[in-house]
Amino acid sequence: MSEARFEVQVEHRHAPPPADTKHPNTCPKCGSHYRDDELAETLWVCGHCGHHFPMRARDRIAWYADPDTFVEEATDVRSEDPLDFFDLRPYTERLAEAELNTGLGEAIVVGQASLDGHPIELAVMDFAFMGGSMGSAVGEKFSRACDSATERGVPLVTVTSSGGARMQEGILSLMQMPKTVCAVEDLHDARLPMITVMTHPTTAGVLASFASLGDVTVAEPGALIAFTGPRVVQQTTREKLPEDFGLAEQNLRFGHLDAIVPRGEQRPYLARVLRLFA
Amino acid sequence: MSNTEHEINLRQRLSSLSRLPRLRGARLDAEASRLEQQLERLKQDTTDEGIWRSVELARHPDRPYTLDYVARILDDWVELHGDRGRADDGALVAGLGRLDGRTVALVGHQKGRDVKERLDRQFGMAYPEGYQKAIRVFDLAERFGFPVVSLVDTPGAYPGVAAEQHGQGGAIARSQAAMARLTVPTVACIIGEGGSGGAVAIAVADRVLMQEHAIYSVITPEGCAAILWRDAAEAKKAAAAFKPDALHCLELGVVDAVVPEPPGGAQNDHDEAARLLRAGLVEALEEIEDTPGEELRRRRRAKFRGMGVYA
Repeated sequence: MSEARFEVQVEHRHAPPPADTKHPNTCPKCGSHYRDDELAETLWVCGHCGHHFPMRARDRIAWYADPDTFVEEATDVRSEDPLDFFDLRPYTERLAEAELNTGLGEAIVVGQASLDGHPIELAVMDFAFMGGSMGSAVGEKFSRACDSATERGVPLVTVTSSGGARMQEGILSLMQMPKTVCAVEDLHDARLPMITVMTHPTTAGVLASFASLGDVTVAEPGALIAFTGPRVVQQTTREKLPEDFGLAEQNLRFGHLDAIVPRGEQRPYLARVLRLFA
Repeated sequence: MSNTEHEINLRQRLSSLSRLPRLRGARLDAEASRLEQQLERLKQDTTDEGIWRSVELARHPDRPYTLDYVARILDDWVELHGDRGRADDGALVAGLGRLDGRTVALVGHQKGRDVKERLDRQFGMAYPEGYQKAIRVFDLAERFGFPVVSLVDTPGAYPGVAAEQHGQGGAIARSQAAMARLTVPTVACIIGEGGSGGAVAIAVADRVLMQEHAIYSVITPEGCAAILWRDAAEAKKAAAAFKPDALHCLELGVVDAVVPEPPGGAQNDHDEAARLLRAGLVEALEEIEDTPGEELRRRRRAKFRGMGVYA
């Protein structure tokens, strides 16, 4: 060999302070710690203070859907890398890693189900897959969920959890905003409702597109629901932020939500709303 | 990428460019050489340096803004103020005017020239009230059958406490939804910075045009660099990676045509830039004006629903 080769990996130039090293099962609000099975038992809500831990898409579907009624759709839709995007790592590598870590093909799971006997279409986002970011595949899967609901004449129940558009897909990720908006408009033209549950966090491109177009829109307690998050607002405008800035509670006060529904009450709440639209 | 690969790529881009209605539609011989020049310039623009040049030109302080174009391309302009709810947002202007003999409703982002105007207009970053004003004017256009023209030039929607409290996300979503419902012909043109949700809020149009040196992107290069490179100073690298320039947007099917600018950029000759923009807008409107409204809406939604690249 004529030259020596070294594998060198440099992740960041200005290393950020070490991330919150707390265990994911430790409540960030009150410090209570739970075993996995304890959290699953309480639907990932802190039994002590009521903090809502993130809930995985599959767990939520298993809870919302009547037993054995969920039929997943659009499972073959996967992200591509149209820009050959490379930041500190290639986009394709980030995708592969997300798929490996989450067991999901994308940041949204869609399919048919029934809830309390009402046939519905479900579209549930998962923050664990690249921050729930919306790229072409998420847009397409949501769009197909709208079509599937229209074909069967059933309501669409959407659960959002997203940091926004997926930057690695550049302008195409931005175009998923009008794409999903048009999909909801087609659903509405078929006189079918969309019921939206916003969970922590629902921000940026997802909030500013299909998430905000629900006919009934509710949120989980304490969820961050903001087009621009507190850190960026603070940095750009140097404004003093109110204590509950961007949280579900503030959004309710300012008229952007129909209700805040704690996780444990969501299933009966959705059942009641679905009865009204039936 | 190897040199040959790069050349093939470039050739493909150029051939797709020559199929453009806007460029092919240049009927006069005198236009032919200008066309060649434009192709030559666009060819240069595929480099990372070229992309960054577009970022700089799109933000050039002398670049014509919406009202500069309005003064040059519309007759009988009447500006309409206020969202009928809370306020009048100076960052997004709206009104009625006559374009080539027909009344159109125009909405557009507006930046300021001097320090005071820039502050008054929040550097072209609209509040939810701005988008509410746009929605009100879309409704008005629909009622009277006026075609809608929108000019996009914003770094993004305003990122402030009040903007959030007044529902920035919802306003942007509803503005897109309002455009998706229109049955009148709609043409949008990115005339400077097409920044993120604040831009696409008024760009859900039948025909989306983009000026040669405008940019259209999901996030500012600085914002992208700060998040992915953890260093805003890497903006140039970020721009090269997410490719916000007109040619790439055209290639990805995000815009329908590129509107040429005077040599060196629109800031060099406002009158000529306006003449070229006017020609582009009129031609786009003529293409779609005779299509029945329902069909227009169906095609518009089908176009946007077809956007994206996935496996």
